[in-house]
Amino acid sequence: MKKRVGMEVSFAAAEAVKLCNVDVVAAYPITPQTHIVERLSEYVANGELDAEFVPVESEHSALSLCVGSQAAGARSFTCTSSQGLALMNEIVYITSSMRLPMVMMLVNRSLSGPLSIWNDHSDVMSIRDCGWIQLFVKNSQEVFDHAFIAYKIAEDHNVLLPVIINFDGFILSHMFESVELMEPDVVQQYLPPYEPKYALHPDRALTMGTYGMPAVFTEAKKAQDEALLASYPHILEAWKAWGDLSGRHYHPVEEFLTKDAETIFVTLGSFGETAGEAVKALREKGHKAGLLHLRLWRPFPFDAFCQAIQGARNLIVIDRAVSFGGPGGPVASEIRSALYNKEKRPGVYSMIAGLGGRDVTVRDYMQMFESVTAGKASAYEIFGVRG
Amino acid sequence: MNDANVYAVKTLTKKEYFAPGHRSCLGCGEALAVRLVHKALGRNVITASATGCMEIVSSPFPLTSWEIPWIHVAFENAAAVAGGIEAALKVLQRKGKISDKKVSVVAMAGDGGTVDIGLQALSGAMERGHKFLYVCYDNEAYMNTGVQRSSATPFGAHTTTSPAGTVVPGQVTWKKNMPEIAVAHKIPYVATATPSYPLDLVNKIKKGIAADGPAYVHILSVCPTGWGIASEETIKFGRLAVQTGFFPLYEVENGKYKITVDFEELMPLEQYLLPQRRFRHLAEDTLGYIRGRVAEQWEELQKRSAE
Repeated sequence: MKKRVGMEVSFAAAEAVKLCNVDVVAAYPITPQTHIVERLSEYVANGELDAEFVPVESEHSALSLCVGSQAAGARSFTCTSSQGLALMNEIVYITSSMRLPMVMMLVNRSLSGPLSIWNDHSDVMSIRDCGWIQLFVKNSQEVFDHAFIAYKIAEDHNVLLPVIINFDGFILSHMFESVELMEPDVVQQYLPPYEPKYALHPDRALTMGTYGMPAVFTEAKKAQDEALLASYPHILEAWKAWGDLSGRHYHPVEEFLTKDAETIFVTLGSFGETAGEAVKALREKGHKAGLLHLRLWRPFPFDAFCQAIQGARNLIVIDRAVSFGGPGGPVASEIRSALYNKEKRPGVYSMIAGLGGRDVTVRDYMQMFESVTAGKASAYEIFGVRG
Repeated sequence: MNDANVYAVKTLTKKEYFAPGHRSCLGCGEALAVRLVHKALGRNVITASATGCMEIVSSPFPLTSWEIPWIHVAFENAAAVAGGIEAALKVLQRKGKISDKKVSVVAMAGDGGTVDIGLQALSGAMERGHKFLYVCYDNEAYMNTGVQRSSATPFGAHTTTSPAGTVVPGQVTWKKNMPEIAVAHKIPYVATATPSYPLDLVNKIKKGIAADGPAYVHILSVCPTGWGIASEETIKFGRLAVQTGFFPLYEVENGKYKITVDFEELMPLEQYLLPQRRFRHLAEDTLGYIRGRVAEQWEELQKRSAE
């Protein structure tokens, strides 16, 4: 029986992680991730979740502990934001190179300094090349659903890679939204208990985390890149199976009115919801606007992306992080590079917006649209700077 | 005592869990210690290793020296990784996902990976009470990167970042007392050991792994390369470190101190220090200072053992 309830998005996230029947949760508190781990510790304390909840002394140890528990065959979970991710950074790269299929929720928040607890994507962009599968979700239901989907993808023996679920701090994590819950037996049907391909145990002596001499290092990195690229069809399979079960279908790029659009906004995360309202308003005025929400960030869905923007004259790419001294926002630069070899390619306008919790309203999107379509926008700008 | 130790080793298992053919230096005291520790632990163990000499020499892909399940992740997190393994075994056994065979969890790191960069993760793991044994293989400097000083480097020692110059006489800080830091966590078992006293070492590892909670064993691992001694003198210098009171062998079982290798009279400190290249520059005033602190430390330990 499907049950629709209103709850804080962080609690929906924790509910989903509980339904995944994780074995080990290790976390260190950081705003705005806290409500998720608080709720998980309550589940463990009340016997609603049979897991080891390990309140570690730092994020570095949170992820290190999960590496240990995952390597020993336990379904492991951690969750962080901002500085916590920065402190984990070293282990983030090692986790993927060791092919450990764990799941992390990253409740996106700005990186210091200046210190800001508010939302943007500077944390996740700092680990762009970390080798994890990286997803961006934009509302409560997507957060809830993707806990199951992420483990399904990660633990697929054809994949065996860790997955990060990105969602915006405060503007999503602390909202009350409607979510359709799933029954445990339905979840279990989709996500059976974790069967590790390799696990540390004296019954089978394995050496993990070896030292790579120059003669093997390049090959190891090539193999890792191939593994990440090869995960793509399995990600689609996991979404398809979830769609069949729940009726909610997800795709690497989500298109909204893009078919005949001349100018398309490209967003990551919950900003897509507001941008969608702007597109509707622009359409009402007769403008050919569209929206593309990039749900899968790694592996980057090049073909699906290029397909979706075919025929567009302009792309307005909203970046929520600055690549200091670089040619544009990190997402915009990537998209430019993806399009460079295409014969016909749209103009790519890199707009940095919504840094450190700055709101971006429907009016702001319309202003961006006007300046781009009037030929007044520059290829790269930090939008809405005061003074 | 020394003779008994020589023969006692022969009573240990012939099985090698840290296989020969690894790439450590000639006369490496640390490799010897690792070998003995794992003979004491047997096969039902999972070891999490920090980055360092032992990791580098034992796991160049596709080779491995490990006959037991072993994992290396990074430099400062061996205790956290071991904590994760322990948590996993606990929950997977509780849920019936793996057999309930008793499996011990061990973390290993050098002095840098323990007393410097790994101290936070180690303190966290001890405080949380994971049931695991942490073994610090202390060769008293960052040997793997070329003999840089750590906070476990002894006072006066020359290293590449605490050079003995005309103004500064080598390391100017006293060795951080990591066993005492472990004791302060009120864990059930803390000990010091060295492979020059193998029977003592093996007993302590067995006690540590049997303890009901975190255990910490700090092993002085003589490093001929870094210390500037001949490679065949490893065992001798390990003994001298103990016989001069420079590195006393003791254990703290549930807060109760006991000197495990005791002497009525300590040997003169110069016999240990001056033949080593890292100490040969020591002037009499520095030696006097070291002598005073070593004597003080020995007295304090004797007092606590008598309590």
